[in-house]
Amino acid sequence: MSEPKPRYGRIVLAPEDFLPTRGLSRRAFFDLLAAGGAAAVSAAVAGRAQADDANLPPHVPPWSKRLGAPVNAAYGQPSPYERNIIRREDPGLTPTREASVVFTPLQNLFGIITPSGLHFERDHGGRPDINPYEHRLMIHGLVRQPKIYTVEDILRFPSVSRIHFIECGANSAMEVRNVSVPTVQYTHGMLGCSEFTGVLLSTLLDDVGYDKKRARFILAEGADAASLTRTIPIEAALDDAMVVYGQNGEMLRPENGYPLRLLVPGFQGISNVKWLRRLKVGDQPFNTREETLHYSDLMPDGKTRQYTWIQEAKSVITSPSGGQQLLDRGYYQITGLAWSGRGKIRRVDVSTDGGRNWHPARLQDPILSKALTRFRFDWHWDGSPALLQSRCIDETGYVQPTVTQWRAVRGTRSIYHYNAIQTWKVDPDGKVSNVQVA
Amino acid sequence: MSKWLEFMPRALLATQIVLVFGFTPQVTAATGYGLGRPATPAEIAGWDIDVRPDGQGLPPGRGSVAEGEKIYGEKCASCHGDFGDNPQYAQLAGGVGSLAGSSPVWTVGSALNNATTLFDYINRAMPFPNPKSLTPDEVYALSAYILNLSNIVPADAVLDQKTLPQVKMPNRDGFILFPGLMTAHGKSDIHAVACMHDCVKQVKVISELPAGFTEKFFGDISQEFRGLNTMNQTGEPQWVRVALNDSSAAPPSGYALAQKNGCTACHATDHKIVGPAYRDVAAKYQGDAQALEKLKAKVRKGGAGVWGEVPMPPQTQVSDGDLDAILKWVLSGGATTP
Ligand code: HEC
Ligand code: HEC
Repeated sequence: MSEPKPRYGRIVLAPEDFLPTRGLSRRAFFDLLAAGGAAAVSAAVAGRAQADDANLPPHVPPWSKRLGAPVNAAYGQPSPYERNIIRREDPGLTPTREASVVFTPLQNLFGIITPSGLHFERDHGGRPDINPYEHRLMIHGLVRQPKIYTVEDILRFPSVSRIHFIECGANSAMEVRNVSVPTVQYTHGMLGCSEFTGVLLSTLLDDVGYDKKRARFILAEGADAASLTRTIPIEAALDDAMVVYGQNGEMLRPENGYPLRLLVPGFQGISNVKWLRRLKVGDQPFNTREETLHYSDLMPDGKTRQYTWIQEAKSVITSPSGGQQLLDRGYYQITGLAWSGRGKIRRVDVSTDGGRNWHPARLQDPILSKALTRFRFDWHWDGSPALLQSRCIDETGYVQPTVTQWRAVRGTRSIYHYNAIQTWKVDPDGKVSNVQVA
Repeated sequence: MSKWLEFMPRALLATQIVLVFGFTPQVTAATGYGLGRPATPAEIAGWDIDVRPDGQGLPPGRGSVAEGEKIYGEKCASCHGDFGDNPQYAQLAGGVGSLAGSSPVWTVGSALNNATTLFDYINRAMPFPNPKSLTPDEVYALSAYILNLSNIVPADAVLDQKTLPQVKMPNRDGFILFPGLMTAHGKSDIHAVACMHDCVKQVKVISELPAGFTEKFFGDISQEFRGLNTMNQTGEPQWVRVALNDSSAAPPSGYALAQKNGCTACHATDHKIVGPAYRDVAAKYQGDAQALEKLKAKVRKGGAGVWGEVPMPPQTQVSDGDLDAILKWVLSGGATTP
């Protein structure tokens, strides 16, 4: 009996594994020609022919033999070799780039914190360029004293720092009816998690003397072209909502609300109104465009659920995931993220056979309320087809549903709150792709 | 400790005394931060633009369907279609009664529950490239026209502070509350259980991307992974060398200015959106020495007929300097990379 032939994926071998690369393949040559012209090609070919094996042991590479660059006093940038780790648009998703979205490259990230420059951006009227010295936050309505705060005022209030996720209510929307995008960047990339610093909204509401008897809802409004508005219920406003200025140790990035944004942990992303300019305390919900025509859920019976704020528990494997290629049989670490708008993640299970059998994954500390939790699972791929899934359970006992369970209740007309179990198919050649299973 | 206690009441008293002469005796004394300042009625009036379903917040004014039709033709139709029927942008009209059927058409006419929200949104956010440029009369008129497109108000309707909130929207009773998703401690309507072994008899793949789909719409997605640790390759990916030799940095300023002035809402370099592709504009006017001045006037005044029926609204927001730079860039081909 002969051994079954190993079926490798598309391997571009590291030079030390096999023959040193002498020059480039024909294909690579033409690509370079197209991209950079003849000069680039000769530079690259010359560099490559001499560089590759000459830089590897037992040889000593040039960067060990000459001084490096001087210290960098400017804002630090990632290595140029990380240049393709960027937010991306789903081509053709929106008619204009001002009312559009770019997705977080979850497939390339570690841990639970999303680097600020990779945090997804969703705008409804473009990203404003706000002078923080001329930005004001107005709080009025059912209050004893309507007030205006400068950004400096807000920075002087007692502050808190907390780690929370922000997930767009429409995250994974493209997958409600069928598979329609190839990678986890597009299936789940309207998701980020940051350490936010700011003032508890309750502190500010006390400062204006909100009307404790009549206040039931707060309108939050942005200073952008869309002056985007959302209704926030008073319970959440008094619980853990914050007016935020800090993100991951620095001021918010313009695309995430510089200089002030609202944060309502666990709520649909859009509730975290960016470029916050106004909070109005009221006794009725405000029925804005973003909670009627959008971000509301059309149910199978034709009725529409309004004010569905909470993001329910959800998880996804970020590696291996769609678009990746297992190079050979052997050990792979399955890893991904889990989160819940209702509190902490209690458990994550992983299946490699499409949900027939499940195994508990390891959870990485810290496990925080309404924050991303990283999970990991050891897996030896034997070369046979596999269907990788993760399923999370949050501290309320809620279990992330399958696609079939989700659709049985919510139908396929609403695009919001889609939190079904994600499946990645692994072909015998190691190719990983996005599928849905039943 | 005792010292602190001793000073405490006096400190508080001092704040109160100061504040008696200020605007906020009780409030600030309670927290004592002394931050922020009272908002004046005029300041509040300038920003307090939201309109509630009961009509609270509507400004004085009035507008008719006929007036609305005219403004709509000038400022809105280019994107939303003459009859509010361009599905490329948010569709404004049609689909009334379709939401419970098998192919729901979701529009302002079919889905919105209160006309006040239409007023509120147009007033704050439209026209998309020049929000907050309309008078209350214009917003009443536009609301009337858009509602008339779905036959919700008659052709002779006039809307104002009193009549607008009374408009009966077809989907007024179509919205419901589901408490399970309104608070963190609510109960979901989906109840899965965490089975561990032999949970499904047979697993079937029910959906995957058709062959060629990814390449066609997303290009080479292997580029979207870090070369290290992604499993896609063990060697240095090809783009690394290309990227390191490539000096393309930020897009040129013409593009940035076009973006800043809202031109990119309707124009792209290489394909038609609402307006023509800038590449085509450059080709059309190649060698025309008068082109720059002609186009400056055209963009300022707006107008139709050169590229089709759809008019470009007057672009009054853009400065002379910006317009000059944008149009020079357009006429040079409007490249987004060098
Ligand atoms: C440059 C193109 C453009 C022009 C001109 C324009 N709009 Fe819009 N409109 C949009 C876009 C884009 C959206 C969706 C914005 C978003 O995604 O948040 C929109 C959304 C809307 C909506 C909300 C519809 C919904 O379903 O959410 C209304 C109402 C509307 N526009 C009315 C108008 C009116 C009235 C005018 C003229 C005064 C106008 N628009 C001019 C592009 C345009
Ligand atoms: C609401 C959509 C819209 C916006 C915003 C817009 N355009 Fe246009 N633009 C059009 C349309 C439609 C045409 C075609 C008009 C015609 O056929 O005469 C056009 C035509 C043009 C032309 C060619 C004119 C001609 O006569 O050949 C230029 C140049 C141009 N636009 C520049 C701009 C610039 C610069 C801006 C921003 C300051 C801008 N546009 C904003 C819709 C728009």
